[in-house]
Amino acid sequence: MPDDLNWAIGGEAGDGIASTGKIFAQALSRAGRHVFTSKDFASRIRGGYTAYKIRTSVDRVESVVDRLDILIALTERTVDENMDELHEGSVIIYDGERTTMQDLEIPEGMIGLDVPLKSLAEDAGGAIMANIVALGAACEITDFPIENLDESLEKRFGDKGQAIVENNKKAARAGQEYVAEEYADTEFGYEMETTDNDYVLLNGDEAIGMGALAAGCRFYAGYPITPATDVMEYLTGRIDEYGGKVVQAEDELSAINMALGAARAGARAMTATSGPGIDLMTETFGLVAQSETPLVICDVMRSGPSTGMPTKQEQGDLNMTLYGGHGEIPRFVVGPTTVSECFWKTVEAFNLAEKYQIPVFLVADLALAVSEQTFPPEEFDMDEVEIDRGKVVDESEIDSWLDEQGRFQPHFPAADGVSPRAFPGTIDGAHMTTGLEHDALGRRTEEEEVRVEQVDKRNQKVETAREQEDWSCREYGDPDADTLVISWGSNEGAIREGMDLLAEEGIDIRFLSVPYLFPRPDLSDAIENAETTIVVECNATGQFADVIEHDVLERVERINKYTGVRFKADELAKDIKDAMTEPQEAEI
Amino acid sequence: MSSDVRFVDFKSDKQPTWCPGCGDFGTMNGMMKGLAQTGNDPDNTFVVAGIGCSGKIGTYMHSYALHGVHGRALPVGIGVKLANPDLEVMVAGGDGDGYSIGAGHFVHAVRRNVDMTYVVMDNRIYGLTKGQASPTSREDFETSTSPDGTDMPPVNPLALAMASGATFIAQTFSSDSQRHTEIIQEAIEHDGFGFVNTYSPCVTFNDVDTYDYFRDTIVDLGEEGHDPTDKSAAKEKILDGDKEYMGVIYQDDDSVPFEQRQGIDQNMADIPDGAPEGAMDLVREFY
Repeated sequence: MPDDLNWAIGGEAGDGIASTGKIFAQALSRAGRHVFTSKDFASRIRGGYTAYKIRTSVDRVESVVDRLDILIALTERTVDENMDELHEGSVIIYDGERTTMQDLEIPEGMIGLDVPLKSLAEDAGGAIMANIVALGAACEITDFPIENLDESLEKRFGDKGQAIVENNKKAARAGQEYVAEEYADTEFGYEMETTDNDYVLLNGDEAIGMGALAAGCRFYAGYPITPATDVMEYLTGRIDEYGGKVVQAEDELSAINMALGAARAGARAMTATSGPGIDLMTETFGLVAQSETPLVICDVMRSGPSTGMPTKQEQGDLNMTLYGGHGEIPRFVVGPTTVSECFWKTVEAFNLAEKYQIPVFLVADLALAVSEQTFPPEEFDMDEVEIDRGKVVDESEIDSWLDEQGRFQPHFPAADGVSPRAFPGTIDGAHMTTGLEHDALGRRTEEEEVRVEQVDKRNQKVETAREQEDWSCREYGDPDADTLVISWGSNEGAIREGMDLLAEEGIDIRFLSVPYLFPRPDLSDAIENAETTIVVECNATGQFADVIEHDVLERVERINKYTGVRFKADELAKDIKDAMTEPQEAEI
Repeated sequence: MSSDVRFVDFKSDKQPTWCPGCGDFGTMNGMMKGLAQTGNDPDNTFVVAGIGCSGKIGTYMHSYALHGVHGRALPVGIGVKLANPDLEVMVAGGDGDGYSIGAGHFVHAVRRNVDMTYVVMDNRIYGLTKGQASPTSREDFETSTSPDGTDMPPVNPLALAMASGATFIAQTFSSDSQRHTEIIQEAIEHDGFGFVNTYSPCVTFNDVDTYDYFRDTIVDLGEEGHDPTDKSAAKEKILDGDKEYMGVIYQDDDSVPFEQRQGIDQNMADIPDGAPEGAMDLVREFY
């Protein structure tokens, strides 16, 4: 990948790291460059190391690598934290006037750029703009036209008044000019071309929120939790424009039950949370399934168990979303593998939920949720959004769904398992439903025949969907390769790039990225045809590998990462190579 | 809504399995009468029931209804009402459902003040599990799980509601059919969260808080000249541990329901066949 540049700003939480990084990422996007961002952050408001990293190229980027070319270091620790990724020729921008940075030693071979960020910012109108001065310096190093940064500053500070915007532009130029003058003779060797392409920049949580709006979701109830809160924050305010509402519930128990109530009233409803919230909601999963209520439940996974590492990546909730809850709960589990797929799979989740009147788990992970990525806007073509509400019956059709005594049958055991659905307010549609086993009328029963009929009916919905819906996976690489890599969730980008690296060494791989976790594609032929099958996932025990072994009755190799950090392309290429020759030990 | 709806229209053809003499019969009758007399009909009414003896009410009434998981009836009711404000939402549950496992939701449902009615069928005992202490059981009440009494004061649900910012607090007695119905009707008509704690005696497991006990001790605030809009007077009654009061104890006439304050006035079930018009603007926001 030519012209691939890795940039980061790091410091203490509270230093404005995320907003500065976002401003730069937007400037790059506006300049027609592709961007993929990642964040290292701690679960606290102030204090603790945090960094915002950008990988940028004129080509599409979908993963991170173990390489850092330009680092804005606001603290000494920032350099230490990134020592593995810095290399000969890396540029470190820092403010040598800061007392805490005076002892900073620039490692051999790297270029230290001592820029008085704070002083220059003060001259431009305020010390608060020190980070912006650093962005100006970064523009100069890479020959990046600073006008693109101006646009980004306008977007960020426009609502604070033109004076603030102008000061920030001045601050950026101060940084640019300082580097141009003081380091006129230094050859940095970095350049960032621009293109005329228009891109949008968004993260997985935002894509899920936008997907929900596009799909007609009108009710969202949730309780704030990292890393799912962005979904709620995205929808707040925006959903009102379409006649909907976001409700912050008192806890996750309430959130899922509010969403269930809204769905019973006929709204497309969802809740989003992370593992701990899923734990609390689990009792209600059974009710959602038993009452045959369409509901989308989004789990943005983070590292567990218990409070675990709340701001770190993990794919540890697969078993819970597949099996969570007492009794046997029919459900669908859908897991987008890219940021743009977060949008499309959300739309699909709503259709699946309503067509089959079933809980649908939308499983994303922290790496997907917080990574921003650029896309051509056409990738979210709203004209392509289809809405299928399933078997909703209105007053003109309701007569054909009443029993001999004129009662509506919300759990009528239709051959495909899907019963008619009447929204409250529909004349002659009044009916009850319950978490108790019930008959076609929704009324409690313990009669053996009815019990079996209703269990079979609910399970039949899964079988019907298995036949009627697309549960395929995406395939990459050489279809005849001896080595088959299978993965789910956000690992797709890193694996694809890792394959490119392996291809350079003459190693061909077949890769299946699986976005449907239940029902899921039949992988038995692919595994049978491969000499080695390797399942890649961010957890310690290999939950997806277990599931696949169970499906195909064959052992697979596993690559597991549970450090709390997502896979990187170069490390993955090496891991795959190792796994091809010997069974992989879980890494620490 | 049709004007000729009678309360029996809210009755399902399922015969209640409550014990003969159970207070819940009277509680339910008042709810059905209240709904009919306020111009509702089964097709625009949504009843949410909790778990326990009281939870069976959804089966015995005829309307749109959900019988959910223990303690979570209020959030379900809130979701229904916000998704379609045209529906009449009534939530019913027991004292365990409302003041023990669901106490958190009670506090926040009161605060939120969604326009709905919450009837707690308070029998001061866990009946369906055959006689254990409930959050409103007396401190010295001996049960299979509290052989020496609960050793805790009972929850005062009226005080809990007041402290949470309630806009309508009432208490009724299921066997006083007329007053119970009137008060339920007022709760339905209240613009906001109409909370009614109903003494609904358990004839099988509670030999202390009996019909006779309530008949002998209950004081009807309607006959006492109590002004429910007088908050101080209401607080006094609520904290008076010596008496059992019946009537509307507190009502905020200026109450504006949550959904009105939030501008929720549409049936959220109505959505377009595809992405909403102008949805590409959502994408462009990310330029």
